[in-house]
Amino acid sequence: MATIEIKDIIKKENLVYGKTKILTDNIMHYCPGCSHGVTHKIVAEVIEELGIQDKTIGVSPVGCSVLAYNYLDIDWQQAAHGRAPALATATKRLMPDHYVFTYQGDGDLASIGAAEILHACNRGENITVIFVNNAIYGMTGGQMAPTTLLGMATATSPYGREVALHGYPLKITELIALLPGVAYVTRQSVQTPAAVRKAKKAIKKGFENQAKKIGTSFIEIVSTCSSGWKLSPVDSNRWMEEHMFKFYPLGDLKDSEKANEEDYKKYIE
Amino acid sequence: MGELKLMKGNEVIAEAAIRCGCDGYFGYPITPQSEIMETLMLEKPWETTGMVVLQAESEVASINMLYGGASCGKKVMTSSSSPGISLMLEGISYLAGAELPCLIVNVVRGGPGLGTIQPSQADYFQTTKGGGHGDYQVIALAPASVQEMNDFVGLGFDLAFKYRIPSLILTDGVIGQMMEKVIVADHKPRWTDAEIQKISGTWATTGKTKNRERHVVTSLNLESEKQEIHNHHLQAKYREIEVNEVRFEEFQTKDAEYLFVAYGSSARICQKSVELARAKGIKVGLLRPITVWPYPTVRIAELATKVKGMLAVEMSAGQMVYDVRLAVNGKIPVSHFGRYGGVIPSPGEVLEAMEKFIKGGK
Amino acid sequence: MTEEIIIAGFGGQGVLSMGKILAYSGVMQNQEVTWMPSYGPEMRGGTANVTVIVSDERISSPIVHEYDTAIILNQQSMDKFEKTVKPGGILLFDPNGITHPPKRTDIKIYAIEGVEEATRMGNPKTFNMIVLGAYLKLKPVVKTENVEKGLRKSLPERHHKLIPMNIDAIKLGMEKVKEFSM
Repeated sequence: MATIEIKDIIKKENLVYGKTKILTDNIMHYCPGCSHGVTHKIVAEVIEELGIQDKTIGVSPVGCSVLAYNYLDIDWQQAAHGRAPALATATKRLMPDHYVFTYQGDGDLASIGAAEILHACNRGENITVIFVNNAIYGMTGGQMAPTTLLGMATATSPYGREVALHGYPLKITELIALLPGVAYVTRQSVQTPAAVRKAKKAIKKGFENQAKKIGTSFIEIVSTCSSGWKLSPVDSNRWMEEHMFKFYPLGDLKDSEKANEEDYKKYIE
Repeated sequence: MGELKLMKGNEVIAEAAIRCGCDGYFGYPITPQSEIMETLMLEKPWETTGMVVLQAESEVASINMLYGGASCGKKVMTSSSSPGISLMLEGISYLAGAELPCLIVNVVRGGPGLGTIQPSQADYFQTTKGGGHGDYQVIALAPASVQEMNDFVGLGFDLAFKYRIPSLILTDGVIGQMMEKVIVADHKPRWTDAEIQKISGTWATTGKTKNRERHVVTSLNLESEKQEIHNHHLQAKYREIEVNEVRFEEFQTKDAEYLFVAYGSSARICQKSVELARAKGIKVGLLRPITVWPYPTVRIAELATKVKGMLAVEMSAGQMVYDVRLAVNGKIPVSHFGRYGGVIPSPGEVLEAMEKFIKGGK
Repeated sequence: MTEEIIIAGFGGQGVLSMGKILAYSGVMQNQEVTWMPSYGPEMRGGTANVTVIVSDERISSPIVHEYDTAIILNQQSMDKFEKTVKPGGILLFDPNGITHPPKRTDIKIYAIEGVEEATRMGNPKTFNMIVLGAYLKLKPVVKTENVEKGLRKSLPERHHKLIPMNIDAIKLGMEKVKEFSM
């Protein structure tokens, strides 16, 4: 029996998986188990598959993914905290043939940037929003976010989030889905291969919608934050499935390829 | 060349923006400058030049739209009045940090707080001494006529792109609400993609092509040593601007024994006070800074060796007077006269203040 | 020649547009002009005033503290601006609604029954043009033909059919203005 040399296996025709060229070789600063890495990867794959590297502008937020521009080989603008949708609005309106997306966390999008995201979506800006919701402020050290679940302990809700003190968790995605300017709203996750495939499909649709000029596409990725949650990566995924998915159920909230105005007419009837 | 019109200062800002090939205006209504966006919306430049005009949800959003638009190498602008500019300061600091060219118009009103909607010059510190966080400057042009409101839109963009810096037109409700004759420039087309590549192709986010590295517009630097190097670079640029871009105007300074120092609408009032003083045989002149940053420090220092005293006249409790004092450096007496909170001084009371100053200065 | 004018009255009386037409007329005959309104919430229902300067030379300050002419159309403005007329200057007012007529003896005082004449003409909107006519009779700083040109320039095209009526109102004002005595 002939021995199989490794160099005989590494051949183009045997390739079943490759790292997309849109991802750089920079080592990611994300913690083990963090959902950002996978989410970055599928955004990068979508950009490569659609062949839009030279036409894509990413807008990174303030938060853990502030350095997203180190990992995706496209042009980037780095926004002030919460303002990514404002940057994206102007960029898309001034360069309507480009693909523009914001990549934002829950503190950035749902707290300080609540006005910007609501108004950009309400205007129906033809942009794609990637909203990574891990229910915590990761970068600043695990403080309470608007999406933090009730009872969840964080650095600024050390005894668990309670309504009387902190108010309710904010279902911003459900709010966004109400807006007539929005074409597509979905909630996905990336903790299993199947979930990753579904999330990627959703992101791809979000980018494709830009070419159709039918309004904003909003993709929430329910995510983990092992460091902030103080759980192992495996336990984080389990905790997310058990607790996060109950309050933030996965699936499409809105998928309309019709013109926004028709949607609005329905809305006022 | 150009076209003669009778227009309000605010309206001409809009007209000049369209005519100079501005790509985008992003703003939020606030008195006394709402005519700027109103005029743009009425003119519908998106149908003629392709200029984008958008009413944003807030001043915070407007200034960040500028950040996005400027990142693409586009000529973008906003306008507001004092409270709105306060909201924009974070964004202006980011624009300065990321070295983005843009134009901001501040039609100043009386403060602090919600204050009044009447004219004021109390945003001088905010404009020239930073305002937002970090060591930064913006080029600040102070028009004293409707014609200059028109001219400084084009000039503001030119300087912004020459130095990759935000330019700011510092004006107030007197100039903004006043109508005067103005010659508006002929239409200049907006920059083509090729022109943008030529002007800003080394840094603008226009899409990463095969033949270049990706462009990242950011003001973030996690390493303090690198951030210090970036600051050195910014400071060197500011020194260069201080050498090259100081603009001022002198009025009857040749034989003047005393000098008014005033910018914008106050300078117009002082000019009348000079006429009144001269009629009474008092030898008074006026130095009008046109750029309030960079400031005409060198010229004021020269004049300090020729005149007996300087009176800074501002619609504030005394802000620009600090820059006059710094320039004069104790050589001659310097004083301040101001009305504020939205009150405009009359040429008569400005003259009285000068007469009082002369008596005390002797 | 430099003429510094304050026009003051209620918002809605056409104070600002009277000033605007005067300014436009000045432009039509190659003069320098400034038009500086009081602005703000007081425009809505309260008092409104505008300073207009017409000059052969470059105008220094658009804001002045004394005027060659004051055109006064309500009592509040009389209280505020009678004292700001330069000695030897002109005060023109509409007696309608004036409870305390001007008293100064070092200026020339004229009256125009603008409200009454406009009502008689059947169009209250011509009020400000009647007053403008009265003013131009006293101080012909701009020629009537340039006022017509100014109207053409300042009014939207759809209102151009109203120009002859406005010119008639100006002429009426010129006729009806008279010296005021207590």
